[in-house]
Amino acid sequence: MKCGRAWVFGDAVDTDVIIPGQYLDNYSPDFLAKHVMEGIDPTFSSRVAKGDIIVAGKYFGIGSSREQAAIALKAAGVGIILAESFARIFFRNAINLGMLPIVCPSCARMFRSGDELCVDVEQGKVSDSKDPKRSLDFQPLSPMLSKIYEAGGLVNLLRAEIHQRNR
Amino acid sequence: MPGMTACEKILARASGQTDIAPGDIIDAKPDVAMSHDNTYLVHRSFRDIGASRIADPSSIVVVLDHRSPANTVNSANTHSAIRKIIDELDIGWFFDVGAGICHQIMIEKGIAKPGALIVGTDSHSTTYGAVGAMGIGIGATDMASVWVKGSLWLKVPETIKVGLSGRLAMGAFAKDISLALVGELGAMGADYCCLEFNGDWVAEASLSERMTLCNMAAEAGAKSALVPGTVISDSDARSSRAIAIKADSLEPMVSIPNSVDKVAPVSSMEGTVIDQAFLGSCTNGRLDDLAVAASILTGRKVHEGTRLIVTPASSQVYLQAVEGGIIGILLKAGAVVTASGCGPCLGAHQGVLADGESCISSSNRNFKGRMGSRNASIYLASPATVAASAIEGKIADPRRYLG
Repeated sequence: MKCGRAWVFGDAVDTDVIIPGQYLDNYSPDFLAKHVMEGIDPTFSSRVAKGDIIVAGKYFGIGSSREQAAIALKAAGVGIILAESFARIFFRNAINLGMLPIVCPSCARMFRSGDELCVDVEQGKVSDSKDPKRSLDFQPLSPMLSKIYEAGGLVNLLRAEIHQRNR
Repeated sequence: MPGMTACEKILARASGQTDIAPGDIIDAKPDVAMSHDNTYLVHRSFRDIGASRIADPSSIVVVLDHRSPANTVNSANTHSAIRKIIDELDIGWFFDVGAGICHQIMIEKGIAKPGALIVGTDSHSTTYGAVGAMGIGIGATDMASVWVKGSLWLKVPETIKVGLSGRLAMGAFAKDISLALVGELGAMGADYCCLEFNGDWVAEASLSERMTLCNMAAEAGAKSALVPGTVISDSDARSSRAIAIKADSLEPMVSIPNSVDKVAPVSSMEGTVIDQAFLGSCTNGRLDDLAVAASILTGRKVHEGTRLIVTPASSQVYLQAVEGGIIGILLKAGAVVTASGCGPCLGAHQGVLADGESCISSSNRNFKGRMGSRNASIYLASPATVAASAIEGKIADPRRYLG
């Protein structure tokens, strides 16, 4: 079970607002984290804390393939993103970085910013820790994606595979 | 068993299978793998994986285009690091600053070939569909896995058939078809899907027009887009949806802030004051785009107080536009002509927008903050509409200047 404070956003949070193009000349995760979500809420980066959970509407991560969008969120401490749907490339990037993007219809309508949410990855359930009746079910990751997530991301998984092969 | 679509056939070949269906997860070997300035990130993941060599260096393409020539010390250091990586890893194709925008280069140099599977660390990799290749955008770590293994997992997409028929009326262009299509599908209406373009309009479309169509498919969320070339769909192939657009009835279109699928006919947007007009990008920075703008701007001036930024899509386009007298016309009209690259489109440099400004752009995205300030507004349109608007200092119908 992973618990954290919710930050609720609307539909179509695009990669340009997650990390504006002007910051893409610096690949330092800590630098990117300082500007994360600046296009929507310039105060977000100073208020977000490790373990916080993003809750969003449709098409989270729409737009560019820039992996810096997922890197910035991860470096800011966000490990789980619940969204009604994700843009394809962002979804892959998030899994590849060892984050957990969860498709959860109606989550942005159910939860409020500041809710303490608990996510049960195996059971596919997210609930409000103060009011567990407020909960939603979601489809757990497929075995293939789960393997990447469990390894802590694609880099770790491939590194382990190479290590295995060389033994 | 139903027949296969062109995209399914390309993916079947790339994964060594004979029959695949939408939803299948395959391990596919791309024929070409392209990355740009973000090659720095690709290499970081590659290095962290612990790999020392690229599975097939001859299939790797690197183009420095996003902040080109370098706009900051950070960018310069990134470019410098990438040049070392190119040498160390014996990467097959490298295009340094000024050569042009990656998607333009891939097609201009004949690297994107009909029937090929191509992955690129750029969402507009769908552009390769213009030559009948299947282009798919991926992130940097996925690209690192391609460098290491020579393959990656892909989900076979559903195909949406888009039929384009008839002839465009004077003043309407491929970009207007694209904007109308994105408006119809919605910003994610083609999520996880491949758009396949057919119909008599497509059959007669130029390479540049096909590139605009396939490029803008990304703005409907498409995983890939294709004008069938050497690989074509079987007549009984399955498609999830079919859309028909008649070119004849299309007006010049404008996409209004801050979402590409918010589209309106130019007639309803006329008079909106603009501070900057941008003509360029992988969507519309080619010779025909510059030529139509020059035909409108011949003997005319950019409106006082309005800036017109022109960025040819490649040095080849730039040279042809110089030799054809197009650049001279644009400069005389008052345009600022920049080095070839992506710069203004993603707010990197060479035409960043200030707080409160408005821009009409021939590029592909009008998200908040895309071209600079988060308090700027971006309208997307065809090169002709951009040129007409530059003359008037406000959004203008190009039909007044054509024909």
